[in-house]
Amino acid sequence: MTGLAVRNVSYSYGSKRALDDVSFHVPQGAFCALLGPNGAGKSTLFSLMTRLFTTSEGEIEIAGHNLARSPRKALAQIGVVFQQPTLDLDLSVQRNLSYFAALHGLSGRLAQDRITAALERLDMAERAAERARDLNGGHRRRLEIARCLIHAPSVLLLDEPTVGLDAASRKAITHHVHDLSRQDGMTVLWATHLTDEIAPDDQVAVLHRGRLLKQAQCSALTAGQPLQDVFLTMTGETA
Amino acid sequence: MTPALVALQAITIREGLRFVRQRSRFIAALIRPLVWLVVFAAGFRAALGLSITPPYQTYITYEIYIVPGLCGMIILFNGMQSSLSLVYDREMGSMRLLLTSPLPRWWLLFCRLFASTAISVLQVYTFLAVAALYGIDMPWQGYVLVLPALLVSGLMLGALGLALSSAIRQLENFAGVMNFVIFPMFFLSSALYPLWKMAESSALLRDICAINPFTHAVELIRFALYGQFNAMALFWTMLAGLVFAGAALWGYDPARGMKRQ
Repeated sequence: MTGLAVRNVSYSYGSKRALDDVSFHVPQGAFCALLGPNGAGKSTLFSLMTRLFTTSEGEIEIAGHNLARSPRKALAQIGVVFQQPTLDLDLSVQRNLSYFAALHGLSGRLAQDRITAALERLDMAERAAERARDLNGGHRRRLEIARCLIHAPSVLLLDEPTVGLDAASRKAITHHVHDLSRQDGMTVLWATHLTDEIAPDDQVAVLHRGRLLKQAQCSALTAGQPLQDVFLTMTGETA
Repeated sequence: MTPALVALQAITIREGLRFVRQRSRFIAALIRPLVWLVVFAAGFRAALGLSITPPYQTYITYEIYIVPGLCGMIILFNGMQSSLSLVYDREMGSMRLLLTSPLPRWWLLFCRLFASTAISVLQVYTFLAVAALYGIDMPWQGYVLVLPALLVSGLMLGALGLALSSAIRQLENFAGVMNFVIFPMFFLSSALYPLWKMAESSALLRDICAINPFTHAVELIRFALYGQFNAMALFWTMLAGLVFAGAALWGYDPARGMKRQ
């Protein structure tokens, strides 16, 4: 099975159950929003999908590779943007990207071509020589997205990538990533708690208190209602 | 170049750039042992008589005695500083970037270890150059033969730092490492006084010094600086290095979680 599959995954921090029997599937080329309030278990799920933690309960498959059985093949297919910024602020944009390329075993001309292509994709080619510290929040995020494309992954995992950004930057980044899925056929899992980042034809998986409440296409889930209201009703919160 | 070597090179360059940027760190790393050499050793020269023990073939002054110990001190402080930066990396997220690379995790950790050791070695040679200008020089072959000794010692102490960094949750706890790891390790070793001198005041202290892996690292460096090979010191340093590396791998095992909440 291609795309991203999470099957019966559970995880506990000591006695606290953070994820409880979570299963969903994002087909190749689809954009799926993992929607959940703060503390729903989104970041734990991301840590499991990127193998920062492992769990013995359930399994995760990335582009057809089982993460527990072939971790290196699976990790090579993932492009990830963590909620927390992971740029080295004192290095230039170019150095940040070439460091990342090297972590994926890419060097020389091939790495440079990929870096140039990724920067152009995100309209950042002219910024290659700038220090990451001199970029504004929106551009830093964009740089992280450019970076996660360098090793040509087929699955993108983004954990609340628009946190702390202004409305224009949020819109631009949401738009860019939707394009990556529509035009390049990348599988995208986009964790968020902001319903305005989700398009009607996106998949939505609603996570609440460690359990997956529902997965459906956004328009089918809302049936004409605002997604915000549907989400708040499902999670039992009031607006 | 294979992907593993590409990563090793990039991680080493990154650590090097980071070190160059923190010029104050380099100066502090150099000043610390020089203060010991110029001030402390000068004061102690009169108080401490040293007899002839291998690898020395003649009476030596105290300044000469503590040079290998101060090389060890540079590596020890640097190993711990590097573990501090690992805790910082983990809080700042760049550790995540490293650990989600598709290369084997043990190799990624080794790359970090190697990079910090390379920086320690650079600092030690700078210190030895200044010491030579001050008038304390070694036989020329000592400067060559000390390189492998510095690498082994650096990897051992770096592995200790790595193991500690996996156990330290927050940056603030690092002060504890200073008090409970660096100082006892340094003072309870042969860096500042020979073991037989220690035995004169307390046999127990001497025994503690004798099992301290840092003592063996210092002795390995001391013998190498005089063109001699201390097999026992190498054995204990490597054994300690393997134990610490095992602890670090266990600490960073994904099944344990990178951080617990």
